[in-house]
Amino acid sequence: MKLNGAQILVNCLKSENVSHIFGYPGGAVLHIYDALDACDDIIHVLVRHEQGAVHGADGYARVSGKCGVALVTSGPGLTNAVTGIATAYMDSIPMVVISGQVSSAVIGNDAFQEVDAVGITRSCVKHNFLVKDVNDLSNIVKKAFHIATTGRPAPVLIDITKDATIAVCEFEGYPKSINMRSYQGEITIDTAQIDKAQALIKQAKKPIIYSGGGSVIGNASEALRTFTRRTNFPITQTLMGLGAYPATDRQSLGMLGMHGSYEANMAMHYSDCIIAIGARFDDRITGDLDKFCPYAKIIHIDIDPSSVGKIIGVDVAVIGQVNDALSAITQALKDQELPNIKPWWQQIEKWRAVDSLSYQTKAGVIKPQSVIQTLYEVTQGEAIVTSDVGQHQMWAAQYYPFDEPRRWINSGGLGTMGFGLPAAMGAKLADPASDVVCVTGEGSIQMMLQELSTMLQYHTPVKIINLNNGYLGMVRQWQEFFYEKRYAMSYMDALPDFVKLAESYGHMGIKVDKQENLKPALLEAFKQKDCTVFVDILIDPSENVFPMIPSGAGHHEMLLAGRDKMKTKNDKGLNLV
Amino acid sequence: MRHIISLQLENESGALSRVAGLFSARGFNIESLTVAPTNDKTLSRMTIVSIGDNTIIEQIIKQLDKLIDVVKVTNLTATKHVERELALIKINNNPNSQIEIDSIIDAHGAKIVGVSADTYIVEVAGKSRRINDFLMACDTFEILEISRTGVTGVCQKKEY
Ligand SMILES: Cc1cc2nc3c(=O)[nH]c(=O)nc-3n(C[C@H](O)[C@H](O)[C@H](O)COP(=O)(O)OP(=O)(O)OC[C@H]3O[C@@H](n4cnc5c(N)ncnc54)[C@H](O)[C@@H]3O)c2cc1C
Ligand SMILES: Cc1ncc(C[n+]2csc(CCOP(=O)(O)OP(=O)(O)O)c2C)c(N)n1
Ligand SMILES: [Mg+2]
Repeated sequence: MKLNGAQILVNCLKSENVSHIFGYPGGAVLHIYDALDACDDIIHVLVRHEQGAVHGADGYARVSGKCGVALVTSGPGLTNAVTGIATAYMDSIPMVVISGQVSSAVIGNDAFQEVDAVGITRSCVKHNFLVKDVNDLSNIVKKAFHIATTGRPAPVLIDITKDATIAVCEFEGYPKSINMRSYQGEITIDTAQIDKAQALIKQAKKPIIYSGGGSVIGNASEALRTFTRRTNFPITQTLMGLGAYPATDRQSLGMLGMHGSYEANMAMHYSDCIIAIGARFDDRITGDLDKFCPYAKIIHIDIDPSSVGKIIGVDVAVIGQVNDALSAITQALKDQELPNIKPWWQQIEKWRAVDSLSYQTKAGVIKPQSVIQTLYEVTQGEAIVTSDVGQHQMWAAQYYPFDEPRRWINSGGLGTMGFGLPAAMGAKLADPASDVVCVTGEGSIQMMLQELSTMLQYHTPVKIINLNNGYLGMVRQWQEFFYEKRYAMSYMDALPDFVKLAESYGHMGIKVDKQENLKPALLEAFKQKDCTVFVDILIDPSENVFPMIPSGAGHHEMLLAGRDKMKTKNDKGLNLV
Repeated sequence: MRHIISLQLENESGALSRVAGLFSARGFNIESLTVAPTNDKTLSRMTIVSIGDNTIIEQIIKQLDKLIDVVKVTNLTATKHVERELALIKINNNPNSQIEIDSIIDAHGAKIVGVSADTYIVEVAGKSRRINDFLMACDTFEILEISRTGVTGVCQKKEY
């Protein structure tokens, strides 16, 4: 069958079972749009900004577990997409981004809307391709999906010159398999390492499971639950791992790290055996490396060898899928006796009794924590919650306990403000039956506001919970603690009337400025099954996120709300940001 | 410590910049880098000399291995290997020091490979050390230009 490059591309995408493409047209991709138009099997979501396209595809991927797909034009289309690509890259999200490129004859001439897409994206993709010859196209698409979805998932970019989309060649069907001598997607686990791991586990007196995004990405929730229950070990999860193990379960200590719970961080600090599962010892977790987990032997399960030993040395490295590793370890522990860790649990319960997430209510103001708690109540803990970046993100993570994976969708690694709204749109497209909530702040929401328009067009009713404190709150908090309350550029004057704004986009808006109106407003919002509702909630502008490990401190030096005085200036800590 | 890392990579445009970009993006150090095609036209051989402690070298190797265009990474320093470098050195042709230079060239196994009215070009090959020694011995002469290839190497085992 003779087809042009654009038609071949669309055929390949169909063979990959792509259901949605998030994109934005332009000169270099017009042939592709022409071919897409003739295809009924793929829904194209026309966003309002290319960053929104990539975040949309990202949200779709995080909820569905499938590979997200975005399509952008050359030059500014591609550069607009870069923030989205880097966001997905940092959180290991499978994605294929297709960008148009100027014709091969003019590449390098500073042609109209030419940028070196492969060069610009190189450090935020797992791999990228420049396709100049239509004959290479189908193989490259196959490789791109294979690379993006196997091993440690990540975005892959395919940059296609305009002439390659126009040129015609014989299309012999989408390749069934692909052989790459330089890329090994899957890894078989070294059983010797499993032996070592189980030996360490059997000696542990103060063990803790530290599970991360890899347990979600690797669909290993079941294996994680089985292993955790079998061992009766306490478990803490990173911001990216929330939900893989149910947060409401007795063995769960909540999130760890900078804004994690007291019990989780104390247990990490005093542990003698840490089982790190699909987690990468990020600096939000470790804080000052010199003070990190001084007593522990560490077992590290990760699919990416370069994650292991990168930040801290480990005692046992198990390289492979979380699922495979945990099943093997659970199997190895079968019939084995595990040590009595009752004293450890007693200690942990004492830490838990500190109740580090308690907060003071104040008459006349709405506390953000209570908003999230009410949200949890109203949605019965079953919503998909996306978030932007800032204080509201931390409150959502702390006060909405997730019991299932792929329900908490946020940008952890890059911390991209603007992520929440388009991600919610992608999430709703991936799972129309679930309630989707975007928890945001008045700062973040204004970075991708235009997608409200896309959401009307594609009918993705989500609930936007705007924790409006009038401040770039996370920045303000740091300035309060570490810059002697010099609030440089963290206050935003002249905010829009969000209710009117939502209405002008064809959605519904509700403003809440009294605690007693909070629950009725949320109930009202969630009653609107067919309509996006923007709930603008004026919260206490002075509230801070607690507990907190001030940068530079150790896990056992957490500061608790209302109980500890924040230390100011710690030069070593400030360097950590 | 100094490590020699040998890579086989796909002979594709962009492969070199992926490797170079990795080193700069992650703040790894490159002392020298050489690259050329091999007898298999689809592959290039790259040899990188880097300095770092064991943890850094381990990260470098893992990160290189992660690059899709990299087919194989070997730390030559960890195995029996042969390493060589070549240098071309342009020296001001000063008749007064001619005899002295000739003897230094002989003593270091170097040779003159190009002569003009006012310059001559010396070639030295061997371990980097030999080149350094030669340069040191020449330090009283007027060296106009130096061009070194950087280290290349192969491992001695039949298969590795
Ligand atoms: C304002 C702000 C505050 C933050 N505060 C905190 C905080 O208090 N606590 C916190 O935890 N985080 C916090 N973060 C997030 C933090 O920056 C990191 O994104 C996060 O800690 C990384 O999570 P992770 O270690 O689970 O790694 P991820 O980024 O999720 O990485 C996953 C790891 O698992 C591996 N992996 C992937 N798939 C598999 C598989 N199938 N099998 C095996 N391994 C696999 C990968 O190779 C990788 O090493 C904060 C972020 C922001 C923006
Ligand atoms: C694109 C981008 N720019 C800047 C930052 C730095 N930053 C982190 S949190 C934050 C404030 C967010 O303000 P808002 O959305 O109102 O949330 P709040 O902290 O007030 O809940 C800023 C500016 C960022 N994370 N992302
Ligand atoms: Mg704010």
